[in-house]
Amino acid sequence: MSTEPTRGYGPPAEPGGYAPAGRSGPRHRAAGDDPASESALRIVWLCPDLLSTYGDRGNMLILARRAYVRGIPVETIEVRSDEPVPQEGDIYLLGGGEDGPQALAAQRLNANQGLHRALARGATALVVCAGYQLIGTSFFAKGTKCPGLGILDITSDRGPTRAVGELAGEADPALNLPTLTGFENHGGRTHLGPGLTPLARVTTGVGNDGATEGVWHGKIIGTYMHGPVLARNPALADLLISWAVGSPVAPIDDTWPNRLRAERLAAIR
Amino acid sequence: MTTAEQGTGRGGLPLRARLASTVSRTASALSRAAGRGDGSVIGGWLGLKIDPDLLKHLAAGRRVALVSGTNGKTTTTRLTAAAMGVLGDVATNSLGANMPTGHTSALARAGHTPYAVLEVDEHYLKQVIDATHPVAIALLNLSRDQLDRAKEVAMMATLWRDAVRDRDSHIVANADDPMVVYAARAARHVTWVASGQRWHDDSWVCPACGSHIVRTGEDWACAGCDLRRPVPQWRVDGDAVVDPNGNRHQLMLQLPGRVNRANAATALAVAAQFGVDPAAALPRLATVASIAGRYATVERDGRTIRLLLAKNPAGWLEAFDMAERAPTLLAINARDPDGLDTSWLYDVDFSPLQGRRVLITGDRAMDLAVRLEVNEVEFEHVPNFAKAVAAVPPGRLEVIANYTAFQDIRAELNRVN
Repeated sequence: MSTEPTRGYGPPAEPGGYAPAGRSGPRHRAAGDDPASESALRIVWLCPDLLSTYGDRGNMLILARRAYVRGIPVETIEVRSDEPVPQEGDIYLLGGGEDGPQALAAQRLNANQGLHRALARGATALVVCAGYQLIGTSFFAKGTKCPGLGILDITSDRGPTRAVGELAGEADPALNLPTLTGFENHGGRTHLGPGLTPLARVTTGVGNDGATEGVWHGKIIGTYMHGPVLARNPALADLLISWAVGSPVAPIDDTWPNRLRAERLAAIR
Repeated sequence: MTTAEQGTGRGGLPLRARLASTVSRTASALSRAAGRGDGSVIGGWLGLKIDPDLLKHLAAGRRVALVSGTNGKTTTTRLTAAAMGVLGDVATNSLGANMPTGHTSALARAGHTPYAVLEVDEHYLKQVIDATHPVAIALLNLSRDQLDRAKEVAMMATLWRDAVRDRDSHIVANADDPMVVYAARAARHVTWVASGQRWHDDSWVCPACGSHIVRTGEDWACAGCDLRRPVPQWRVDGDAVVDPNGNRHQLMLQLPGRVNRANAATALAVAAQFGVDPAAALPRLATVASIAGRYATVERDGRTIRLLLAKNPAGWLEAFDMAERAPTLLAINARDPDGLDTSWLYDVDFSPLQGRRVLITGDRAMDLAVRLEVNEVEFEHVPNFAKAVAAVPPGRLEVIANYTAFQDIRAELNRVN
């Protein structure tokens, strides 16, 4: 490393030429506000009041920024667990949380059925940790088996030990993603039904069961990776955006995410 | 040994406790002499091995105040000890060693004092109440901290609730934190302080019934049960603390930020339980300049460097409130005491730093770099603290660091206090 301080991120110097802070930026609104224009990419973060223990807001912020930098109009919507799930979303997010809030989120999302309808019509979703367990048919919380949303044929139970630490794996080749890296912290083990594909083959850590990690099916990605996952895996963020907008997206400057990735992957070697 | 024991005035201790107390103090002194640390943990650990009831014995005969919470407990302990100094000698664990080993060591080292003010790790509150029978207990706040190992916030509130239920101790509690109110209202005697709560993300869900907490300005109430903001007896108004009689006490704190004015209000409310007149305590609060390096200002190569410790999202929000508009170094590690998961960086909105010159360093500077980029905050990465000092012009440098990063920088500044 040079002795001079390394010049960091500065909006005016970026060749991509996106607006510096304080101009228009991604639009953020609450569920009750007026809807945005039809053309915006709408990112819906569900149950931030219950499932937001591990910096889960980061996945929403990263998706919004990566769309915005490319000139894609984008809007983020935070929807509390006692509010109805909006139907006009393009990407739905569920984050991590403790047992009690996880069980409550399952009850409320099942009562509402809005996420079920949105995913049935083909919306994109990223579900993480507790949120990942939720979309299956059952999970364990506070020692009892709880019904999940039943969106995918997945069951989760308790593992012998809590999985805490770096998690890395090689993504399913069909996704064409570089090595995935994240931080896991969960007591559950997750089993995929026939016809479902794991997101990755584990090289470090536990993931679903020590061999596989996460799930991908249609436009749904489930994972145990925090970090948040999209901070360390910008290509995964772009995959979700490209699914939602229906076309590939152009590369952007990923100097800092790539340095973070390199450092995290080197740390587990 | 007998002479030494009499010299401390602790001759009333049972024989085993006397031996344990002496070993504890000797080990602490050896640890400090060997340069192994403050000595505040090893001494207490050895003492408790010899006499498991040592803390109880050492606390007997003292009038004790405890201070607990996720943030601000070291500072509030220091301010409370300063206020109690009006009455006489006060033993305190002012080095932040806040588990029973640290309490034992602090009391053994202090010898006989009529009063003690102890900072208590949230997880140990019940155990320390059992051992010390405190006159007063300050409950400051509860929020997420060290994600990969701490208990769920609501679970901690329930543990506190069980710890203070049916006790004679007087509780001094933050009326603005629903988690604290849930715990404190199980107690027999409570004084409410409007300490504020900048961080709301751990108290949207009622710990009593699971409904939503609805906020209107500074007021809050559960939508589903009777948990609501109690009427505070003490509050902060500008630079003054207003006591239950409506008297305004102008603070002259050296410590920065609204949160420290609230900590001072709590300290005055706790001291009042011991009969301290707030007006008499004010000059003593004004003498507190820094605590174990926190808020310390150091001159180095023409730079005036101020150290702010921020251990969790709520702490970062308070630090941004305190930091002046000057070049700012952010330092992030993720070693065991910090928690290994850096995801919490996304729970903090760094936008108050936009437009300021920001430098970043630490083991996990790359995590911070990505976070700041997403937050549209310009930054420069520097490999270490010395390079940051060299990179900024003479004048003010604000340093905000999480726990081990803070200790690293403090070590570079010769363990500044």
